[in-house]
Amino acid sequence: MIELADQFFVLSKQQILLLMPVAAQPLASVLLSIIPIIGVFATLFALTTVLERKGLGRIQNRLGPNRVGPFGFLQPLADGIKSLTKEDVVPFRTDGVLHFLAPVLVMVAALLAYSVLPLGRNMVALDLDAGVLFFFAVGASTELAVFMAGWSSRNKYAMLGAMRAIAQMISYEIPLILSTVGVLMTAGTLSTTGIVEAQSGYSGLLPNWYVLTPWGFAGFFLFLIAATAEANRSPFDLPEGESEIVAGYFTEYSGFKFAMFFFGEYLGLFAANALAITLFLGGWNSPLAILDWVPSYVWFFAKLMGLIGLSIWVRGTTPRMRSDQLMNFAWKFMLPMSLVNVLAAGLWRFTGHGFLGWFVCGSLVAGSYCWLGVELSTKNSLKKRVYRFAT
Amino acid sequence: MLPYLLLSSLLFSAGLAAALLRRNAILVLVGIELMLNAANLNFIVFWKFGPHPESMAPVLFVLFSIAIAAAEAGVGLALILLVYRHFKTTNVDELNLLKG
Amino acid sequence: MNLDLAILSLLIGASAVAAITLRDLVHCVLCLAVTFAGLAAVYLRLGAEFIAFSQVLVYIGAVAILALFVVLLTRTGEIENQSRFSLQKLAPLAVCGLVFTGLAGAAWSSSLRGSQESVAASIRLRDVGRELMSAYVLPLEVLGLLLTAALIGAAILAQTEEPNEVENPNGASSHPPAKPH
Repeated sequence: MIELADQFFVLSKQQILLLMPVAAQPLASVLLSIIPIIGVFATLFALTTVLERKGLGRIQNRLGPNRVGPFGFLQPLADGIKSLTKEDVVPFRTDGVLHFLAPVLVMVAALLAYSVLPLGRNMVALDLDAGVLFFFAVGASTELAVFMAGWSSRNKYAMLGAMRAIAQMISYEIPLILSTVGVLMTAGTLSTTGIVEAQSGYSGLLPNWYVLTPWGFAGFFLFLIAATAEANRSPFDLPEGESEIVAGYFTEYSGFKFAMFFFGEYLGLFAANALAITLFLGGWNSPLAILDWVPSYVWFFAKLMGLIGLSIWVRGTTPRMRSDQLMNFAWKFMLPMSLVNVLAAGLWRFTGHGFLGWFVCGSLVAGSYCWLGVELSTKNSLKKRVYRFAT
Repeated sequence: MLPYLLLSSLLFSAGLAAALLRRNAILVLVGIELMLNAANLNFIVFWKFGPHPESMAPVLFVLFSIAIAAAEAGVGLALILLVYRHFKTTNVDELNLLKG
Repeated sequence: MNLDLAILSLLIGASAVAAITLRDLVHCVLCLAVTFAGLAAVYLRLGAEFIAFSQVLVYIGAVAILALFVVLLTRTGEIENQSRFSLQKLAPLAVCGLVFTGLAGAAWSSSLRGSQESVAASIRLRDVGRELMSAYVLPLEVLGLLLTAALIGAAILAQTEEPNEVENPNGASSHPPAKPH
């Protein structure tokens, strides 16, 4: 019974496939993996937008949307209808093809990342040998889409936003990838399912998740910070800082294309959070041995909702960074910290997982955190800027 | 394997044409990247179709070559930026002064 | 010849030719990115997964973006406005044609021409890692050194100079600015 609940979706897919003619089975198998993923995450997107607005409203001491439907939960439907029926305004001087392709590319890149994420036991669309690398490779192509959006708009705010976004994404991509290296070293594989399986089982009462090791704890937060920056969310939302550059690279987008950017951004955020769960929070494994009977996908989505709640909280409570703070933070704190973290993961392998390991790795991580933090916060004097290109 | 090899020869000659014909230094670099990619493709094709598919050497060679191409592009583009600051042009035909 | 390979080859060839012929440099670099993506698909088709993903990560995520940055920083996006054809261009074109014929001829007469794809050739990541750490450890270290040197070199080259160097009499100020063609 427990087994059936856990494997319900996998088994039902197999049953549906058996009903199909043999020739149609490969295509049907692909579609049966893709359509549920898109459907589930589109629903999650709709739910998250309303939850985020309500959460932000509460943080800002107001109610948030509460007019459409019960408690305002049909608000995304109204927003969707509005953006679908709005006129699609394309400025006269835009680079037509690129202007059209940019939101499509954002969506495609965000959706492709889901193909390697294990959503539950045996529930992964594409079990690649190099799954984590695939995820990052797909994420890298988002930068190109952002550039296309900003450049093709022929709008200085769009261009500025795109340049800010690309500089930020390139800078934070390095700590993002380096913070996963410790996990890859310990698990000994780049396959996402392999990493989840390496975290199964329990030592004592606690699960074998990588977040419960000194390097994994630091790596988890480094990953989350870098992922927030990659997704251009507050406090790293300079690329779309409303008070400075209107709306950043999608200033000139309206109607459905704007909605696609919005959707793509949230899909990217979910994907990054899902990868954080896969790498550090044990994927679909349950946190306690006695709760093992709960289906695996429930655990996965519970953890995902938890991380989404965390990101809403962060967005509601942190002010926007300045451009130089952003770069200093990336290159002078995140990068050395993630390199130290790789070293700590290596030491953890050889010092054993007992008290000695905790002492050595923990003091290494904590010491470098304190030192780098002090360095960063004391040496932040601003110098006079010299502009070379404004001639 | 013939279509792959024809494709890589096309890429190589396209890259060569860009390096020889275009006057913008960035496009010359683009041409060089195309030629490098053609060479990488050939490595993989000969690994896949050649007599020693169990050898890892071609794959690792391509991996190293990709890494070196990244370094080459970084330094090359930094040089182009420097040249532009100095001469206010990236046209390789106008860069005919030996002393800077 | 399979249909998917034909479509891929067409895409790669067309985007490569577009990358070297278009006038707008931003379009050129974006077409180059399409070429890189197509090549990654070809690598996937040939069973070299790891190479394909590295290709996308390095070439599209880094090289193409860098090139775009430099195009914008040098403001050369739309100035190359020369005559499309001249006699001067004939010799390089002929050389390129000769190179293509030579390479294609060599491929045509190759003894491996009719050989089939070997099923044995596929990359297991574990093997790649093992090889990198055993037989190829020295090249790996040298590569790390090279990348560090390139990083430092590029940073120094692109660093903002002191303002007094701008007015260097032998340098920028005495040289005529680029003429719009």
